[in-house]
This record gives sequence, C-alpha cells and structure tokens, in this order.
Amino acid sequence: MNVVALLAADPLLDGELRWTPLLIVVLKVLVIFVLGLVGTMFMVWFERKVVAGMQNRIGPNKAGPFGILQTLADGTKLFFKEIMNPARSDPWVFRLAPFLAFVPAFLVWSVIPLGGDFTEGRDGTVTWFGQVTRVQLADPPVGILLVLAMSSIAVYGIMLAGWASGSKYPLLGSVRASAQMISYEAALGLSLAAVLLSAGTLSTAGIVAGQNSLSNWNLVATGFVPFFVFLVAVTAELNRPPFDLVEAEQELVGGFHTEYSGIPFALFYLAEFMNTITMSAIVVTLFLGGPQPITIGETTLSIGFIPGALEGTLWFVLKLLAFLYAFVWFRATLPRLRYDQLMDLGWKFMIPISLGWFLLLAAIRTGDANQWNPVVVVVSSLVLLGLGYLLFVAALRVSARNREREGAMF
Amino acid sequence: MTVTVAAVLAADGINIAKNVGFGIIAFGMVFAALCVVSTRNIVHAALWLVVVLGGVAAQYILAGAEFVAVSQVLVYIGAVMVLFLFGIMLTRAKIGSDEGMFNDGWALGIPVAALLFGLLGWVIIDYAGDDVIANQTPTPTVMLSDAYLGPFLIPFLALTFVLLAAAIGAIVIARKD
Amino acid sequence: MSLFLRDYLTVVWFGLAAVLLAGLLLGVSAAIRPSRPSYDKQIAYESGVDPVGMGWSQSQIRYYVFALLFVIFDVEAVFIFPWAANIERYGVFGLVVMLAFIVLLLDGLVYAWKRGLLRWV
Repeated sequence: MNVVALLAADPLLDGELRWTPLLIVVLKVLVIFVLGLVGTMFMVWFERKVVAGMQNRIGPNKAGPFGILQTLADGTKLFFKEIMNPARSDPWVFRLAPFLAFVPAFLVWSVIPLGGDFTEGRDGTVTWFGQVTRVQLADPPVGILLVLAMSSIAVYGIMLAGWASGSKYPLLGSVRASAQMISYEAALGLSLAAVLLSAGTLSTAGIVAGQNSLSNWNLVATGFVPFFVFLVAVTAELNRPPFDLVEAEQELVGGFHTEYSGIPFALFYLAEFMNTITMSAIVVTLFLGGPQPITIGETTLSIGFIPGALEGTLWFVLKLLAFLYAFVWFRATLPRLRYDQLMDLGWKFMIPISLGWFLLLAAIRTGDANQWNPVVVVVSSLVLLGLGYLLFVAALRVSARNREREGAMF
Repeated sequence: MTVTVAAVLAADGINIAKNVGFGIIAFGMVFAALCVVSTRNIVHAALWLVVVLGGVAAQYILAGAEFVAVSQVLVYIGAVMVLFLFGIMLTRAKIGSDEGMFNDGWALGIPVAALLFGLLGWVIIDYAGDDVIANQTPTPTVMLSDAYLGPFLIPFLALTFVLLAAAIGAIVIARKD
Repeated sequence: MSLFLRDYLTVVWFGLAAVLLAGLLLGVSAAIRPSRPSYDKQIAYESGVDPVGMGWSQSQIRYYVFALLFVIFDVEAVFIFPWAANIERYGVFGLVVMLAFIVLLLDGLVYAWKRGLLRWV
C-alpha cells in the first residue's frame, strides 16, 4: 500500500529513505558528466594546440580565446551532418556500436578518485552536508578491475563497428584494432598485478591511500618498470600514436569508423578522447598517488591558500595534465610502428618483462615478510629468471635447427 | 498489509530489492538465451551470448561475489567471446541472415536441454536448499585466494593443465609445420 | 547494510545516464539533420573506387591464436590478482604454487613462440 514503507522494510535501503546521500550521489553524477564532457572538449583542443605548437603551426585560433571553443564549433557542425548507412551494413549492430564505445568510456569515471582531503595525513574523505564521503562516484572493493572490464568491453565497440559497416577497410581495421587491444590488455593486467603487490587492495581509494609519500608512490615502490609497461600498454590500448595502426590513414582510410558520419562518428571521437583522459587518470591513480600531495620525508608540498578538500583535486588535475601532455608529445614525436613490430613488442617484450618483474617483486616481498637477506633474495631470483631465460633461448635455438633440418618454411 | 509481508521477509534475511533485481535480470537472460539459438545471424547470436554472460555477472554482484563477477566480464566477455568472434570471422561472418544455420536434428536438443536443466537444478537445490544469501557484506576477495591456495589447490593446478592443453591443441591446429 | 550493492547501483544508473546522453545527442541530430539517401551515398567507401566483392574478407588464423593466448593470460591474471593483493598471507607456499602456475601457463606462450606463431609475416 505504502510504497515508501515497503521499500523502507528493505535492508538495501538502509532502513530509511534519506535524501542527503541521494543528493550527494546526484551531485557527483552531474559534476562528473560536466567534467567528462568539458574535459574531453578541452582535451581535443589541447591536443590540436600542442601538436600545432610542436609543428610550428598556430592551430585553432578563431573560435573563442585561443580557439578554445573550436571543439564546440566542430561538434555543432556534426549535428547537422547527414548520416549515411552503407547498403551492406547490418543496421542494428551499426547503430549499437557507438554506444558500446561511448558508455564504457564514461563508466570508467565512476571509480576514479577525483580529489579528497589529504592535508595533515587525512585519509581523503571529505564532509559534505554532514555526510562523510569520498570525491569519487563509487568505491567498490574491486574498483580497479572494473576499469579493466570496461576496457575489455570497449573492444566490442570497435570490433562491431568494423564488422557492421559491410566494408572491407573498416573490417580489416577493426580486426587489427581488437587484436592489438587484447594483446596489450594482457601486459596491462600483469603490470597492474605489480601495483597490487604493494597496494594490497583492489579498491581505487585504497590504492591512493597507500601512496602517502613520494617513496610510497607505486612508481617508486614497484621500481619504475611496471609504470613504463603500463604507460606503453595504455597508449596501445587507446590506439593512440605511435600505436594508431587502427587508423593508419595510408592503409586503411579511417579504420573502423570509416563508414560513420555525423553524431555516431562524434560519439566514437568523444569516446577516444575521453578514454585518453580516464586512462591518464588511472595511471595517476595507480602510480602517482592520485590526489595525494607530494610528500618527501616529513615535508609536504602544500598549496597554502586553497582549502584542503580542493587541494586534492588540484594535485590530481596537475598530474593528469602532465600525462595528457605526454600523450600529445608521443603523438607529435614518435613514428608509427609496423604491425609485426607492435605484436612483437607486446608479446615478446612487454609480457615477459612484466611477468619477470612481477615475480621478482613477489619474491622480494615474500622475503621481506620472512626476514631473509634481501641481497640473497634478489640475486637468487635474478639467477633463477636468468636460468629460465637461457633455457628458453636454448629451446628456441633447437626448434629453429629442427625446422631447418626438416626444411619447413617457418 | 504489504508492509508486514515485507517486514516478515526482511526479518528472514530475504532482501526484496535483490529478489526483484534477480527476477528482472533472469528474465533478460532467458530472453537473450532464446535469441542466441533462434537468430539467423551468427554474429548476432554471439552478441546475445554476451548479453547472457553479462547477466550472469550481474547476478554474481547481487549475490555479493564481486570479484567473480568482474572475472566473468574479464574472462568470458573480454576474452572468450572475442575468441569466438575471431573464430566466426575466420569462417562465416557475412552480413545478413545465413541459410543452413539450423541443424536437422534440432528437435533432439530440447530433451537434452531439459535433462541438463533438471540435472543442474537438482544439484543446486541439493547443495543450497533453503539457504539465503547473507546480504550484509560482499565476499572479500581474500576468500577466493584462500580457497584456491587451500582446499582447492589440486583442482586449481589441474585447471592449469587443461588450459595449457587447450592452448597447445589450438596452436597445433593453427599451423601444421 | 548493503552499501556495496548501492555502489554498483550507482554505477548502473551512471551507465544508464551515459546511454541517455548518447541517445539524446543522436535524437537531437536526427531531428535537425537532413536525410536524402541515394544509391551512391550508400556504397561502401573504398578510396573513391567502386567497391570490389561483398564488403567482407576472411580474417587470418593468427588473430585467432593471439586471442587464444589472451584467454590464457587473462585467466592467469584473474588468479594472480587475489594472491598479489594478499601476498604476505600465503608466504613461501603461495609463492611456490603461483610460480608453478605462472610457469605452466607461460609454456603456452613459449610453445607458440617456438612454433613461430608469434612471428607476423
């Protein structure tokens, strides 16, 4: 009879309906939506402007101050563009694909810690309207794996866009892209495991909380190698230069979105840039302490005049900008890899390196817990890994000789 | 009246919202599963299967097993279904409906499916009985590693061999040299 | 209370909001854009030349092999994560078991490598 009372009897609703937490959630959603969209527009402009600077051009400068409204102008234009559905396309999947690219890109935002109060050793929670909360939409205990799950769903957007177009080049582009993305997802997962070793938790807020000083940043604590593997894997996962074989214009026209026009194309484009931002945010969260201020020893670099809760966001944005700049920098300076080089880098270099490094770290941590001599642990692990490598090289050599003897082509 | 029913259920540890959620997701899964076997386009069938697997992940979350849910998405949707799609693209993925998608003996599938359903249902009911999933806390991830590095160590290592055998088999078939 | 379920519920609503936003963008565009389909516009784009064949090409077996290796590494990662997050709990025993697990699954990659399947010719 009384709906509210019926719902109230449910433990899921916490015994009573309270409006403040609901209000906070709605507020967070709104902020993230605005931030996500404005940030993406900013990123498009930022990329064009910085690349232009690096190539001695001016870049967008007509729409608004410094051309900052250029993206808005481009987007508005796309609203008026006719959408062409290729005759041989699969109509349903063709329409579904942009959603599959766009929605996972948005969902990653929900687990990223966007700020928090870390002044004087606080744990990052803030108090809004009398409610203690975190500056992130949701903090599930397996948060960081949700990010991996979203990036594996994003593969479908690209793969289905190419398949449903009913055109050869998009199909080739999408098969290439999905093979590339899954290859680097393996390296991504393995370098993430190294972070978990030092973080001891899968929740994003927990990972940030552990990195409370510069020497505890996972960048340092995991010994730099997982960071570089992760960064390269993320660049490949995003299909950004130098790994943009998906859109290699000279070979595949525009890749998987060749047949898309108007707003469906804009959705792919938005998703791509939003992924760049969210993945940079994930790198910051995992390796650079997220919204934590920089603390060296006992001294904390502090931005004095800003209230504590905002300071976290400011640090986060500063670190984020550094990575966004780095991605643009990669694009402007690095030549594109060939597909065989890409696959070799992924499978023959990144995966063995990240696995080997992970095992080394695991041995060191186990040794620490048992109070073994760290030097002995490191040396013996290295010897073991080296032995494994030698065995592997010997096996490769034997198989090469056998093949030669049998006269096989490969 | 309604309120008391709800209160009684809640007192028994039965969560109404959870059960409603289960029902909605289960209905979607059954619909998607029917689509998998009835659609005439093989890529569409694969996509409907993705929906079913996603539904399974959602059910795991409702049951408080979030790590299992994420693993379901990562392994089944992110890897196995991509493998399926690559396999389909190897053979027949032309757009439009395919003739000859139905096997002549399709009617035989119905009793087999019914038998399997009965068997699985019996096993589950035999195992769980009237147990109610405690809805207060999710299962911590550490319980999983406790299980596979503890009582389930042998099955865990056996699984490794199964996977390895599958990989080697596929590699042998993929290139005969 | 089921705070964690509420977390996921929030994520679901957030996802629905994203779907709604994308739908809104598409809807607005559908209302204001022109639509004059013609045969020529619907031809698949192949660099300005008339398309050859059925707009479909068979993909190669090596993509399949990479996808299969990815399945193996994904399973490996899923089993590594819970252990890595609680490594002190299992000590030397855990390290040895997981080392055996990783090395066994790595054999798949080594075998593919040895057979030359990782070489992209």
